[in-house]
Amino acid sequence: MGKIDRVGRIRTLHGDMGVWHKYTFGLAGERFFRALAEKGVLLASRCEACRKTYLPPKVYCPACFAELTVWAELPPRGYVETYTFLYEDLEENRLTEPVAVAFITFPGVDGGLVHRLGEVRPEEVCSGLEVEAVLAAERSGGLQDILYFRPSRE
Amino acid sequence: MKPENARGVPLKDEDLKTGKVLTTEWRVKADYAWDCGIAIGRYLDGLKEGKIMATRCRRCRRTVVPPRVFCEWCFKPMDEWVEVRDTGRVNTFSVSFYSWDMTPLEKPEVPAIVEIDGCSPGVGFMHLLGEVGDNLEEILRRVKVGMKVRAVWKPADQRTGAITDILYFKPEEE
Amino acid sequence: MAYQRVAIVGAGITKFVRRAQETGKELAAQASKMALDSCGMTMKDIESVSLGTAPDAFDGVHMKGEYLADGAGATRKPFMRSFVGGGSGVYAIIHGWYHVASGHFDTCLVVAEEKMSSTMPHPQAAFNTIYDQFTERPLGVNLLWIFALEMNRYMQVHKIPLETIAQVSVKNKLNGLDHPCHQEGITPGPHLTVKDVLESEVMVWPVYRLMVSPVSDGAAALVLASERVAKRMTDKPVWIEGVGWHLDTSYWTNRDLYYPRYVEYAARMAYRMAGITDPRKEIHVVEPYDPFAYKELHHLEGLLLADKGEAPRLLEKGVFNRDGELPSCPSGGLLGVGNPISAAGTMKVAEIFWQLRGEAGARQVARPVKRGLAQAWGDLMQVGTVVVLGR
Repeated sequence: MGKIDRVGRIRTLHGDMGVWHKYTFGLAGERFFRALAEKGVLLASRCEACRKTYLPPKVYCPACFAELTVWAELPPRGYVETYTFLYEDLEENRLTEPVAVAFITFPGVDGGLVHRLGEVRPEEVCSGLEVEAVLAAERSGGLQDILYFRPSRE
Repeated sequence: MKPENARGVPLKDEDLKTGKVLTTEWRVKADYAWDCGIAIGRYLDGLKEGKIMATRCRRCRRTVVPPRVFCEWCFKPMDEWVEVRDTGRVNTFSVSFYSWDMTPLEKPEVPAIVEIDGCSPGVGFMHLLGEVGDNLEEILRRVKVGMKVRAVWKPADQRTGAITDILYFKPEEE
Repeated sequence: MAYQRVAIVGAGITKFVRRAQETGKELAAQASKMALDSCGMTMKDIESVSLGTAPDAFDGVHMKGEYLADGAGATRKPFMRSFVGGGSGVYAIIHGWYHVASGHFDTCLVVAEEKMSSTMPHPQAAFNTIYDQFTERPLGVNLLWIFALEMNRYMQVHKIPLETIAQVSVKNKLNGLDHPCHQEGITPGPHLTVKDVLESEVMVWPVYRLMVSPVSDGAAALVLASERVAKRMTDKPVWIEGVGWHLDTSYWTNRDLYYPRYVEYAARMAYRMAGITDPRKEIHVVEPYDPFAYKELHHLEGLLLADKGEAPRLLEKGVFNRDGELPSCPSGGLLGVGNPISAAGTMKVAEIFWQLRGEAGARQVARPVKRGLAQAWGDLMQVGTVVVLGR
């Protein structure tokens, strides 16, 4: 560093960002989560031009920008497309039981939902497992209204 | 399609409070540990000792605060440290009625840029002015751009090596 | 210079609001769709996307550019995001210009979006992190300080009375009433006067509440096309004749704030490219960035459209009114329409686009216009971004 040769003691300043966020769900999200809360159903929206049904639903088609006005209820059962097990929480603390998380898709629908799996033993979890949503008895409008997905029962 | 047909659904605060519209919250857990670096480290050490330290580039002949290890004009390392004075002149000032998070203050604060004696002309840093009055009229009477000021320091045993080791700059008679 | 001529052929915009129900993606999609519809194009015709958006901290979504991308028509397309604070709204157009001028793409959709309402407790808390954590934040600084310090310096150096600066608020807020997208409540009423501005609350003297643009959500989009494509699509292409951008040091207390030299350097770059030697005669309508009332005057001087210290006097003479010699902020600007950071700059470019085509409706300026300029600014009094448009 050339002629400047006296280096001050290393100092570290601790601080944070001081912000938090409150998000609106948006036009599509509002409709999706209200339907989940009030009627206990999952909705998707459809682009007739592209022949795609989107989950989570959107008010515009990301492929052709058409405004999407056709909404449909999803079939009650989906399939585990892929899954993983969590052994630690966000703070890197070890969990007492591993938690199964899966990407769940529905026939004929583009996209899917990521959520926890419950009421299932780890060895039962596999791609292609048929699952159904278990909803909270009291719902407030948010992803937490779905408790988890479990292997579907006839 | 014209701007007359522009979309956008405006919401009022009540809409969120009454749950007319759903919302969800997230608190970012973003804590930081910032290392101050070589130049600011020395600067803060200097403040703890009651000194303002500047750095000088011999090529462009600037002496600057806050100090830095390289000259951003010449893009070469600074050549030397210079202790500058703790007096200066007010380059500009303002009178704030709100705190950092926009809550109203009981007494206004007077942020200013003080051109520090010993640095190149026009070079200084931001700090607060003190002993200049408690209300807008008084402050505007007392504070003038170009007026001489002097730093008021915390007592030596209370200094920690921070910009707040200087409490404020107060007016000084010519 | 071996580059292609680039034209703007379409523009779209959402309403600017304090809090939108739409997500950022939905706002971007609304503006983009309107821009495409305005020139009869579809997503298939867009070859590339240039998105400008300011800090992720506002929308509260990390990797905000990628998040917004599918609302900007960028799914499975070449996509780039640019960010230079408040300057982003014009920077994104310059970035988009490069995409087409290079000959690499025939079309580029330029989109700018901001959703500041998500930030709690107030966007100020995010803004404040622009200050140095060691030498500035411990003083309890808020964002208005730096504007107040700059405004006071500008006023002191040129002896500008507060009343003159308040006139900018009046001009722009009244102009803004004619903009269909203006934010509700941004203007107390159609009879706003200088007195009203100076009776509004003092936030950080000399900044009064009615001299500050509001926090907003909004999006704007423009369709850029090469000459070959533009000529086929419209008989009113608006050519991008000059672009310029310039960044000054972040050591803002080491330079004299009375004059934004970074705006001058950006303007010179754009004027040179456009072959303009006498901007005061050759620019017919201008949209300088006006987040605070004094800034419009500050920037008009930086753009070399007025001598240093002269802009306030020209304002008083009515030169910058819609029926004046050099109409400035005919849209209403940030003070009159709203300030969703990056989208505000793009709104200004869209305004020049509409003005040059005679499509600005009630906002159309009185004099004939063939060349216009839009400018944005950002960061710690640091960046100037300029675009010169012509018919």
